[in-house]
Amino acid sequence: MADILVVAELTADGKVRKTTHSAITLAKLAQPALGGSFSILVLGASAKAAAAELTGFGAAKILACEDPSLANYVAEHYAPTVAAVGKGFGLVVACASSFGKDLMPRVAAKLDAAYAGDCSGVSVNGTQVVFKRPMFAGNAFGHVQLGTAIQVATARQSEFEPAAPSGGSSPIEAVAKVAPGAAASRVEFVSLEAVKSARPDLGEAGVVVAGGRAMKEKFFDVLNPLADTLGAAIGASRAACDAGYAPGDLQVGQTGKIVAPGLYFAIGISGAIQHIAGMKGSKTIVAINKDAEAPIFQLADYGLVADLFQAVPALVEDLKKHKAQKG
Amino acid sequence: MKILVALKRVADPANHNKVKIPAAGDKIDTAGLEWQINPFDLYALETALRLTEDGKAPKTRLGEVVAVTLGPAETETNLRSALATGADRAIRVDTTDDALDGRLVAAALQKLVEEEKPDLVLMGKQVVDGENNYVGQALAELLDWPMATFAATIKEEAGGLLVGREVDGGVSTLRVKFPAVVTVDLRIVAPDSVRSSKTAEGFKYPYEEVRFAPLPAIMQAKKKPLAVKKLADLVGGATLSSKYVKFEAPPARKAGVKVKDVQELVQKLATEAKAI
Repeated sequence: MADILVVAELTADGKVRKTTHSAITLAKLAQPALGGSFSILVLGASAKAAAAELTGFGAAKILACEDPSLANYVAEHYAPTVAAVGKGFGLVVACASSFGKDLMPRVAAKLDAAYAGDCSGVSVNGTQVVFKRPMFAGNAFGHVQLGTAIQVATARQSEFEPAAPSGGSSPIEAVAKVAPGAAASRVEFVSLEAVKSARPDLGEAGVVVAGGRAMKEKFFDVLNPLADTLGAAIGASRAACDAGYAPGDLQVGQTGKIVAPGLYFAIGISGAIQHIAGMKGSKTIVAINKDAEAPIFQLADYGLVADLFQAVPALVEDLKKHKAQKG
Repeated sequence: MKILVALKRVADPANHNKVKIPAAGDKIDTAGLEWQINPFDLYALETALRLTEDGKAPKTRLGEVVAVTLGPAETETNLRSALATGADRAIRVDTTDDALDGRLVAAALQKLVEEEKPDLVLMGKQVVDGENNYVGQALAELLDWPMATFAATIKEEAGGLLVGREVDGGVSTLRVKFPAVVTVDLRIVAPDSVRSSKTAEGFKYPYEEVRFAPLPAIMQAKKKPLAVKKLADLVGGATLSSKYVKFEAPPARKAGVKVKDVQELVQKLATEAKAI
């Protein structure tokens, strides 16, 4: 029997990020194989306050490592504590956000643990956890078993329904920060320039409107009204980001964000394999493109062959009408 | 500066939709796919070259770049192309993909780094076939070196690098001192993303992405040193700890429809998809 440790992720202002809830879901799905409980580790300058947000999810305990030196996330400062705490567990998990992707391989190496990154599912085979992982830009899924005493995995946020509070009140225990190694003395956090946006987080939005290079400098002029009308997050193709029409953190694709909203608009996006890998899990896909042969139409539930500069404003008007009628 | 660049051979990502999985689901059939260096690793090589030149005279190397791969003899083609673009020498660790997992790759690279003693190890942030995003971070931990992942900009400073990293919701900037591990993201190859200590103020590369080797360089690359090592000499008797038990293709989406205009689209989204 072995227990599972979930590493929580905090926002820059010290709140629990929703990514944590997807990692909890992975832990709960893996629990039957290992037969034990799960606990949550929270690290940060105000970890205890954040830990209090997580007491209602059924964890055996919430471990809070509160230290001023953890105010800004730096892997070299976090990994030694996560690994030291993780030693007592059979499986250590986090969300495959940029935080989890940066931190968890480092933790795995420290624990001499095998690693399954960016999992889209887990299943149980007797006492073995089987991790399902997208490969080849989502064109194949591999089911992998890890053979080390401790295993480390990260959960693709869009593939794990965020855990809902299940009641109860897990006890909070303080844990001390483990002194970092030589690596930490040679890395310095300089800044985190967060892009301020009133829109929902791209990874968590129910609706995403994404634009391609065809939008040119009009990228936000075209997409903002549509996103406003739908309460949507804005995404972009790699080509639009590379050309500088949209910032890099909006990129949807194998090499950017992986999203799976209820409704996805691909506007002026041709549908390169690497873009499709980032959004093919969306429930309903709409494509608007003036090229009727664009590969995106093979994937879209609804395709509209039209000039986006005319179609999108018309769409905004019609959506507004629809909303007004619906009341 | 001495830089070690880790390169992995992958099936051409533009053909990933041609990946076949046999009915037994026991493997991924890569027959018929073309092989090339992982695109992110090519960006790492370009980054290494930019860090060891002033930009204006790219033939004058200001440091040493060692290209490393783990793979069968055919991968020497990929190493020769890295040598042709400007790497000084190459090392191939003789093995095959199915004899490797992330832990073995990181362990082998650790030994190579301890032998070569570079100031900097560069590689792509992930390989586009396995997509595990593991080796760079694991290598940094094994070496107890600082790391900067997902690098979009790099500026050389005295004794280290200032690295802008693309993270969820913005840009994180870290300062790392040598020796360090850096994994690179797409935009590291923008014309002005990488600045060595010698790059002239305001200099921009006249191309996006990566440089191509001119024909004479391809000929000269055949004479550059390429060493071959045995995997067992680096990792001893260590064996695989990740075992893929099954592969499957993603479920096919049902065919969609074309709508004639915006009104029909909104109507279908409301009544059929119930998405709005």
